[in-house]
Amino acid sequence: MYTQSLDVPDGPAPALAAVAAAPDALQTRFDEKIDADQKIEPQDWMPEAYRRTLVRQISQHAHSEIIGMQPEGNWISRAPSLKRKAILLAKVQDEGGHGLYLYSAAETLGVGRDSLLDALHTGKAKYSSIFNYPTLLWADVGVIGWLVDGAAIMNQVPICRCSYGPYARAMIRICKEESFHQRQGFESLMVQMQGTPEQRAMVQDAVNRWWWPVLAMFGPPDAASTNSEQGMRWGIKRISNDDLRQKFVDATVPQAAILGVTLPDPDLKWNEARQQHDYGAIDWDEFWAVVNGNGPCNKERLANRVKAHEDGQWVRDAAQAHAAKQKARLLKEAA
Amino acid sequence: MSTRPHPNPLPEGEGADKQNSLPSRRGAGVGAARDWPLWEVFVRSKQGLEHKHCGSLHAVDAQQALQMARDVYTRRQEGVSIWVVPSSTITASEPDDKPAFFEPMADKIYRHPTFYTIPDEVGHM
Repeated sequence: MYTQSLDVPDGPAPALAAVAAAPDALQTRFDEKIDADQKIEPQDWMPEAYRRTLVRQISQHAHSEIIGMQPEGNWISRAPSLKRKAILLAKVQDEGGHGLYLYSAAETLGVGRDSLLDALHTGKAKYSSIFNYPTLLWADVGVIGWLVDGAAIMNQVPICRCSYGPYARAMIRICKEESFHQRQGFESLMVQMQGTPEQRAMVQDAVNRWWWPVLAMFGPPDAASTNSEQGMRWGIKRISNDDLRQKFVDATVPQAAILGVTLPDPDLKWNEARQQHDYGAIDWDEFWAVVNGNGPCNKERLANRVKAHEDGQWVRDAAQAHAAKQKARLLKEAA
Repeated sequence: MSTRPHPNPLPEGEGADKQNSLPSRRGAGVGAARDWPLWEVFVRSKQGLEHKHCGSLHAVDAQQALQMARDVYTRRQEGVSIWVVPSSTITASEPDDKPAFFEPMADKIYRHPTFYTIPDEVGHM
């Protein structure tokens, strides 16, 4: 997991006039590289707006991975078997690891880890809207793997070709690991669907609650996505929100049939002329309410994150003190 | 030459966070900065192959960097050996020096075996 095809401004947009005009030769070389589909590396000159956009997008992505540990982490202690618990632990650990790859990629742009975390903890930085929904049932864990990770993979595979080298390389590592996440979720749901009527009903209930928020993960419709065009020009974004969403719907409908669940959209049907599925209208008011802090779990997620960070302070202090002591001992021995 | 593997692409003073900005943060010793020092991680995927750069991480010292690299970069047996190197000790060539540094090699095609035509009947050589 878990990016969102949504580049939400973290704060008021910086005045463009304040950005010094780029030296022409440098700008031309940058444009040539982008046009030739070459990678931009940390040492290369880049326009200030490109750098800012990447810092924002990569750090939002990193925050999403870290916050994304919570909805599933909620079920580790209550997983129905040791096998499922081990799988879930591995998956949640992966999400933490993905956050670390991404923070490292963001840092190559000249921002510090602490300032990125501060932005998350103070609520200045955004993360994927999807993690502000609760995991009410064990079936939710399977649905997150199947649908949420499925949508994330759809989003993330094109970012492996992103023009910024460190981000693209981090995404390649992440995508390699994502496939396990989606498959374990689908398999877990298949097992539950072979269970009692109550167990099958719980799977259906989880699908009903997650379907629409998952479709919204792909971000606002193309017509309303102001940043998309520039992102495409820079090779940061490769496929539009609506195209990705369509691809996801078309891929998911047959999977739902195999699983034996229905998708909660009366308008969802095959369109012979388009050779794609039509689907119903997404509630964008709800989406924006969640993005802007008013989802069911926004406050809880952030409070948990801040508490975990503060509770870990003594560990960081102890590690630092230990390292200082070791260093002093070495110096004394050498003297 | 630059001693910064990831130099700040911005002009001096334009970094997003000044108290942590490069290069002082990268070069800072333990206790000198809020951030832990940065380490570059190299993993040997199997015996007989070279160590390859795979990413970076923050850790207080080399031992902790190794343990964290194990958890972050080899959760699926991606490696049999790990190197961690303080990022601040890496010296990198400057992108601006690229022509002066690398182009002299471009016209020395006689360094490649394909420069020489050998009769077919000689076979593999």
